[in-house]
Amino acid sequence: MSSATIDSTNTALRDNAGVAEALGRNYSAGFVTEIEMTGLPPGLDEETIRALSAIKREPEWMTEWRLAAYRHWLTMPQPDWAKLKMDAIDYQAISYYAAPKVAPKSLDEVDPALLETYEKLGVPLHERAALAGVAVDAVFDSVSVGTTFRKQLAEAGVIFCSMSEAIREHPELVQQYLGSVVPTGDNFFAALNSAVFSDGSFVFIPKGVRCPMELSTYFRINAQNTGQFERTLIVAEEGAHVSYLEGCTAPKRDENQLHAAVVELVALERAQIKYSTVQNWYPGDENGVGGIYNLVTKRGDCRGDDSKISWTQVETGSAITWKYPSVVLRGDRSVGEFHSVALTHHYQQADTGTKMIHIGKDTKSKIVSKGISAGKSNNSYRGLVKVEKGAERARNYTQCDSLLIGKKCGAHTFPYMEVKNPSAIVEHEATTSKISDDQLFYCRSRGIGEEDAVSMIVDGFCKQVFRELPMEFAVEAKKLLEVSLEGAIG
Amino acid sequence: MLKIENLHARVAGKDILKGLSLTVNPGEVHAIMGPNGAGKSTLGNVLSGRDGYEVTAGSVTYDGIDLLALEPEARAAAGVFLAFQYPVEIPGVNNTYFLRAALNAQRKARGEKELDSMQFLKLVREKLKVMQISDELLHRAVNEGFSGGEKKRNEIFQMAVLEPKLAILDETDSGLDIDALKQVAQGVNALRSPERSFLVITHYQRLLDYIEPDFVHVLAGGRIVESGDKTLALKLEEHGYAWVREHGEPAGATA
Ligand SMILES: Nc1ncnc2c1ncn2[C@@H]1O[C@H](COP(=O)(O)OP(=O)(O)O)[C@@H](O)[C@H]1O
Ligand SMILES: [Mg+2]
Repeated sequence: MSSATIDSTNTALRDNAGVAEALGRNYSAGFVTEIEMTGLPPGLDEETIRALSAIKREPEWMTEWRLAAYRHWLTMPQPDWAKLKMDAIDYQAISYYAAPKVAPKSLDEVDPALLETYEKLGVPLHERAALAGVAVDAVFDSVSVGTTFRKQLAEAGVIFCSMSEAIREHPELVQQYLGSVVPTGDNFFAALNSAVFSDGSFVFIPKGVRCPMELSTYFRINAQNTGQFERTLIVAEEGAHVSYLEGCTAPKRDENQLHAAVVELVALERAQIKYSTVQNWYPGDENGVGGIYNLVTKRGDCRGDDSKISWTQVETGSAITWKYPSVVLRGDRSVGEFHSVALTHHYQQADTGTKMIHIGKDTKSKIVSKGISAGKSNNSYRGLVKVEKGAERARNYTQCDSLLIGKKCGAHTFPYMEVKNPSAIVEHEATTSKISDDQLFYCRSRGIGEEDAVSMIVDGFCKQVFRELPMEFAVEAKKLLEVSLEGAIG
Repeated sequence: MLKIENLHARVAGKDILKGLSLTVNPGEVHAIMGPNGAGKSTLGNVLSGRDGYEVTAGSVTYDGIDLLALEPEARAAAGVFLAFQYPVEIPGVNNTYFLRAALNAQRKARGEKELDSMQFLKLVREKLKVMQISDELLHRAVNEGFSGGEKKRNEIFQMAVLEPKLAILDETDSGLDIDALKQVAQGVNALRSPERSFLVITHYQRLLDYIEPDFVHVLAGGRIVESGDKTLALKLEEHGYAWVREHGEPAGATA
């Protein structure tokens, strides 16, 4: 994530071992940064939203947009998911804005303590440090603290900045696209996010431009009692290509913290967006105390013909994950893909999957989901493949594999299909397997220790998904799985 | 090198090995023959430390140490190799990657320097030539979708790369056609050396036409009931295992 270009070489890969190292053994990202913070007191009402909007010097229309979302949110019941065990969230106890006291104007003004935080996490914010070039935007609690490689990107015509900045600098683009994929009233958490989102990343790739480097955002929750409500919007115009990476960490805390993000992707004609996530929010301890509630709405809109959106995610963190990156296949011949590895251990709960909505003709979607459960965790795949009436010859292929480690964990698969066009072909395959004693003994008899054998077998199980990740992310993802599985056997 | 004394072992509550004794010196090739269910694979599993195989009496000394006290991976690092009767598939794990991880884990445990990918590739190329294995197998996942013969050859190939001191081949000949059998035998013969010993477990005499053993033992009822030179295998071939039961006296500890 820190130092490799799209055509990354093995050298870059080796240099990058530090990223994984930083994520470290036993959740070493769990440290807290001492830094002077400013923010809003806990609580949520219209005044909070006005105050938030004022701090961010937002235009009137943005404030109104937030307020409308808030009013809508008040009318919505909190969803109740059968498979998740979750304490009620007290929305009045959360602070909706936390930021380093001195707002940085440029990277050179960023508080050294913050830079150090990101160094520790393996995200060098300083352009000088970032050797070869992944452009990074880092979000620390509620605000974006710096975007690297701005100049090179600007030369290519690419806009990559914080959402706050985009609202001020590119209001026409934000107004045109914000909420156009995930409407403010889409669901409970999307409405909440629309009302209180504090920052996030904005990406705009103009017509015909292939983004010259990987773009990456690093999210970190630091302050106590804060929620993180980031908002990301990526727009790829006709024929544009972009690959975007997202990573997340948070300190260890005994109380649960809320992360309710919204990500919107728009792909116009022939555009391609590849969105990869390695999610390592604090999962809580081995007794299920603490951890992040990761309740996220991610949706891509293949708005133009022949466009393509693919989601790749590796989810190892969070106490609770609720997330269904989706693709609306509106354009004819558009393609949607979802590749996922979700690992749960101890008392973690993950309910994740995707929705593929086929509207255009000859649209194609592919879903590869790999769920790994260890300890007493529960891992559910929930997917919807919907083929609308006009989606002639739509095709979907879904593959859901579950791997169980130990006897007390669970894996569940809920594939839903709604097919309204008879020419559509929808295929679904599902398997559940265990790491067998035979496999373990085979590895050990060759000299490979038990823990290494487990991670090797798990890695093999995930191969199809890891292949989709940019090289340096794949290495990190693999390390993350190893760390997350420590103590899973025996 | 290997001294098994009065070995008793139990699997799933059933006594399988009942007083097995055997001594193997460096460089020797011992064939273990016996009817199905005699306990041949059990012997291999006990020697490699598989869970669920409980040793109830007896001892196994290997290179002067108590082999039974070691974890399976430590036994491997100490030079014990088991070619499985039924090699296991590990989906998605590249064969070469697996083998390099294995070799380096062993080297690390022995305090030797790990091989980098260039050094490893060089080693693999050399061994491929000896084993007459197509390098296409290297790019596939461990045993996944391999034919029976390919799996067995892959076991021998692993052995060639890991260079063990004691190799136990569990029915590596079963399911092989004559050409594959010759290849496997040639691979094994190429690895014969004054320091390396083999326990060749087989049900049929056929393999021993190509891998010439120094000693042949008959395992029946959980112990060695007859030992001899390679002519014993021919007698077995001629008369069948029933002949052993009638004529063979339990050979006891003198094998
Ligand atoms: N894992 C096991 N669980 C239960 N029974 C076993 C197991 N392994 C071996 N046995 C039993 O032990 C006996 C000897 O088996 P084995 O050592 O595989 O014989 P061989 O290899 O000589 O054919 C057989 O009766 C077999 O059913
Ligand atoms: Mg057997």
